[in-house]
Amino acid sequence: MRSRSRAPGLLWGLLLACMLGLTGGLARAAPTFPPLTGRVVDQAHVLTPDTQAQLTQELGALQAKTSRQLIVVTLASLNGYDIADYGYQLGRAWGVGQKGLDNGVLLIVAPAEHKVRIEVGYGLEPIVTDALSSQILQEKILPKFRVGDVQGGIVDGARALVEQLSLDPSAAELKAAQAAQAQQGVQGRGGANPIALIVFAFVLLWAMGAILGGGGRGGGMGWIFPLLFLSGGFGGGRSSDDEGFGGGGGGFSGGGGGSFGGGGSSGSW
Amino acid sequence: MKSSTLRRSIVWLALALPLALGGCGVNTIPTKDEQAKAAWADVQNQYQRRSDLIPNLVSTVQGYAQQERGVLVDVTNARAKATQVQVNASTITDPAAFARFEQAQDQLSGVLGHLMSINEKYPDLKSNENFMELQSELEGTENRIAISRRDYNEAVRSYNTELRTFPGVLWASTLYHDAKPMNLFAASQGAQSAPQVNFNISPPGGSGAGATPGSAPPK
Repeated sequence: MRSRSRAPGLLWGLLLACMLGLTGGLARAAPTFPPLTGRVVDQAHVLTPDTQAQLTQELGALQAKTSRQLIVVTLASLNGYDIADYGYQLGRAWGVGQKGLDNGVLLIVAPAEHKVRIEVGYGLEPIVTDALSSQILQEKILPKFRVGDVQGGIVDGARALVEQLSLDPSAAELKAAQAAQAQQGVQGRGGANPIALIVFAFVLLWAMGAILGGGGRGGGMGWIFPLLFLSGGFGGGRSSDDEGFGGGGGGFSGGGGGSFGGGGSSGSW
Repeated sequence: MKSSTLRRSIVWLALALPLALGGCGVNTIPTKDEQAKAAWADVQNQYQRRSDLIPNLVSTVQGYAQQERGVLVDVTNARAKATQVQVNASTITDPAAFARFEQAQDQLSGVLGHLMSINEKYPDLKSNENFMELQSELEGTENRIAISRRDYNEAVRSYNTELRTFPGVLWASTLYHDAKPMNLFAASQGAQSAPQVNFNISPPGGSGAGATPGSAPPK
């Protein structure tokens, strides 16, 4: 009898605890990745600024046309990981390619370990097959790497991939590319976006200041509130400007959430 | 007046209950179950993909390396054995069936590795375009297998943990009686390519961490 009367209380307690959202996660130890700072991430410093700019522009054009994302990355170290093991995790961590289409490709070069890999997203496995990846490695990239021309190999390999990736994009990919361009157009036209935000914050803070300082002497000091936050507001505006890379192929807004399942090919020299 | 407060509290209860149940993870077990099954399907797909590559591979190698009949027969037999193992969605909750599947596939991996290593002896084979293509496909497939196994393990670990921890354990014992823990792949494939870490430099006593719970017992 007594336990019966206590049960609902206990149940409610449990439900309440659940509503507060007590959740836990399980994470696997993963390698550390460099930040995705652009379409060319040259952590190993093997590319000249000119080459980086050129590649960035070509990769940007590819994405603008097909929504397919090719990222060139050189790594200072694989930290003891096999390049195939590292590659798919890097692709997933960065989310290269569009979500749902998984149309991203990575060209990964680890000069310290003399390893190179083409990592292909799920959605592009039929287009950039393992055999083709291997062929590009063997014919375009590795011969140059073997004679010490790392930069030349990367450029040739990236171009061969761009060429293949430019072929018949699917309807979904074309739609995604158009949507991205339309969005970019809006952003371009509304260049005052951050400024508008600051103005809005200004007005809001002004109103808050007026309300808070509404009575008596404080009313005269209400104008000070927006000024207090002004510097912070401008700082924010500037940092958001930095995010767009000035590549000719349009802004780069990071990975699109694509995923990888181990397609592609590895090589060493 | 009393009846109106009662009615109001009933309405509140009706509104809050789905939210509370959702927050309580009443959906978590089925969700994770589906994720694990999807990961399992992917594992099977990748093994199937490998299996499909083998006949072509065997016939290509045959043309160049008649002397290696023994290896080729081994591969063909191991493939036949692996495809004979009956697999379906319930395999993952049946430890014996799961072990049979894993063992058959691991054996095939072993003899395939042997087959791929003989190409060093046959320059003509090694430079054959068809063989090179098959080789890269097989490498890619082995890589996909390793990743799909790992993704599967992760999904299953999450599911099994849900079954045994609060609040999942409550739902498992009430709503989902038929939810059984699933089997994990042994780390054999991944372990072979795992990075070798050398702790020789560290002074003695630094390696007293012992076995982590849940790690596989030594063979």
